[in-house]
Amino acid sequence: MSTPVKTDPSPAAPSEASNRVSLGLSNRLLARPEIGALVAAIVIFIFFLIVAPAFRSAPAFFTVLYQASTIGIVAVGVGMLMIGGEFDLSAGVLVTTAGLFNAMFCYQLGINLWVGAILSLVLCLCIGFLNGYLVMRTGIPSFLITLGTFFILQGVNLGVTKLVTGSVSSPNINQMAGYDSLNWIFAAEFEIGSITLNITVIWWLLFVLLSAYVLQRTKIGNWIYAVGGNAASARAVGVPVTAVKIGLFMTVAFLGWFTGMHYLYNFNVLQAGNGVGNEFLYIIAAVVGGTLLTGGYGNAIGVALGAFIFGMTSLCIVYAGWDPNWFRAFLGVMLLLAVMVNLYVKKLSTTRKVG
Amino acid sequence: MTDTIAEHADSTLYKGEPLVQMTNIGKTYGAIRALKGINLTVNAGEVTCVLGDNGAGKSTLIKIISGLHPHNEGTMKVDGKEVSFSSPRESLSHGIATVYQDLAVVSLMEVWRNFFLGSEMVSGKAPLAPMRINEMRRIADQELRKMGIVVKDINQPIGTLSGGQRQCVAIARAVYFGARVLILDEPTAALGVKQSGVVLKYTAAARDAGLGVVFITHNPHHAYLVGNHFVILKLGEAVLDKKRSEVQLDELTRQMAGGDELTELSHELQK
Ligand SMILES: Nc1ncnc2c1ncn2[C@@H]1O[C@H](COP(=O)(O)OP(=O)(O)OP(=O)(O)O)[C@@H](O)[C@H]1O
Ligand SMILES: [Mg+2]
Repeated sequence: MSTPVKTDPSPAAPSEASNRVSLGLSNRLLARPEIGALVAAIVIFIFFLIVAPAFRSAPAFFTVLYQASTIGIVAVGVGMLMIGGEFDLSAGVLVTTAGLFNAMFCYQLGINLWVGAILSLVLCLCIGFLNGYLVMRTGIPSFLITLGTFFILQGVNLGVTKLVTGSVSSPNINQMAGYDSLNWIFAAEFEIGSITLNITVIWWLLFVLLSAYVLQRTKIGNWIYAVGGNAASARAVGVPVTAVKIGLFMTVAFLGWFTGMHYLYNFNVLQAGNGVGNEFLYIIAAVVGGTLLTGGYGNAIGVALGAFIFGMTSLCIVYAGWDPNWFRAFLGVMLLLAVMVNLYVKKLSTTRKVG
Repeated sequence: MTDTIAEHADSTLYKGEPLVQMTNIGKTYGAIRALKGINLTVNAGEVTCVLGDNGAGKSTLIKIISGLHPHNEGTMKVDGKEVSFSSPRESLSHGIATVYQDLAVVSLMEVWRNFFLGSEMVSGKAPLAPMRINEMRRIADQELRKMGIVVKDINQPIGTLSGGQRQCVAIARAVYFGARVLILDEPTAALGVKQSGVVLKYTAAARDAGLGVVFITHNPHHAYLVGNHFVILKLGEAVLDKKRSEVQLDELTRQMAGGDELTELSHELQK
């Protein structure tokens, strides 16, 4: 690579700008993508503490965390992908594809579940690669490409499952070799006093931390923001735009596989029609968490808060004894509010010159 | 300034050595012909000025060198070897850094992240090795100060800077990372008098340090202040290609203004 050229400070350079100000704390906070989500999460949390007495216990809180993790793990990837300026509508059904493939492949051949799990991972990464490759190669918006993949996978999930098992659910795999270890990795439950901690919560937090680290502290994170913010400029300064974007689609696919493994080893049987509609939950978690739909802005903590808000409302509506159908309406309102808050925060953080 | 640039420029450079040689280069965008039969040599320790009207093909020419578009015709050699860059990354790895006229910065990203984008400082070789963030902040701030630009906060999104300030960030980073060839596409177009002066000083300093510089401008006065070699493009072809010793400022100005067309125009206007 090139070596830097250095120069002495030119004598005319001012040592300090007369108009240099340090931004106030409130403005610094406002410029952070996750602030809207944090405020929303706290408000909703307090609201449900008041209206849903069943929510006021540690076990209920951990159930909420589990619920959040089932969406939150894929949302980590979807959030990064959206920061990189792309969409993935196929992530929801890919989760089901991953589990179905693992179950049916091993059941039919009577082999160790680990073989199927690893092949399933390879399959998912290939699908993610294909999504990314097609988007970059054709220049067609990822919204359309992954809408195509979404329908293909949805059809294949149902079609192949019916062909193989004669029904729309996968065979039960809990007696097969490799089940115990896989069940532990993807679906272990730890009883700590009165609470039940599902291992997916731990995995979720680890993925969130890793994503936060990658986005803020590594050059790949820098590239992700750049390809989402301005792909042409990023390419001009040497950012490998195509590789970054394909890598992001593959990250989503990896996390989709991971969640698929959880569902399979948690329930032992999967319904082939599952997962449809979840792609929107991932996107909503990301947007509620402050990710800009147009790319280049957002962060991992925000996306995690978005998933937490999802877990909290979907369960607390039940805890409060309301009709669960209200959940969708609530989600829609959250989404609209979030989009407006995001726009406002973005405007503040990019036009503000003086604190 | 000159001394320290010299310290950090590629030490294998020696004056007059050809760094980029273009022979009979042509470029078409679909049905549009942007360049035809261009011969251009960028020598170490020299400033090659490319002048011409809007749409003459200046930006197209340098985008071929910087790897943004491949050429369709002719050959390009970098350091004596024939190349056809398929991405700016390849060009950068040859020590060629470019300030583009139309490719701006990533406005939502912090100033320091923009400064180091694509050439981040990391501790370690692993893909996920941490960046040396404090060092990058300090250097970006320091390099901008050298250009007389002091930003309020190096962590502010670059979209909050003025157009000229953003241009200065792009120039400062190219000067910082260009070790062999520095390409400046109308760098002074958006700048005030003082910053234009600094850019010209940088150009001269890079030249004296042995770098090959390609300087694109509409301003023959700026070109003549630093140039060693002048090329004027017109509708994709070179209409003037002279060394400094062979050309005077008024000839450049006259050619830039359209040469004989200008004489005609003045007759027309006098009527
Ligand atoms: N990406 C492109 N696709 C199609 N045509 C292009 C493209 N880029 C440039 N051109 C055409 O090529 C010709 C040369 O353009 P170029 O940008 O090189 O001019 P220029 O000399 O840099 O002009 P200016 O002084 O305005 O910057 C123009 O006719 C332009 O329309
Ligand atoms: Mg141009």
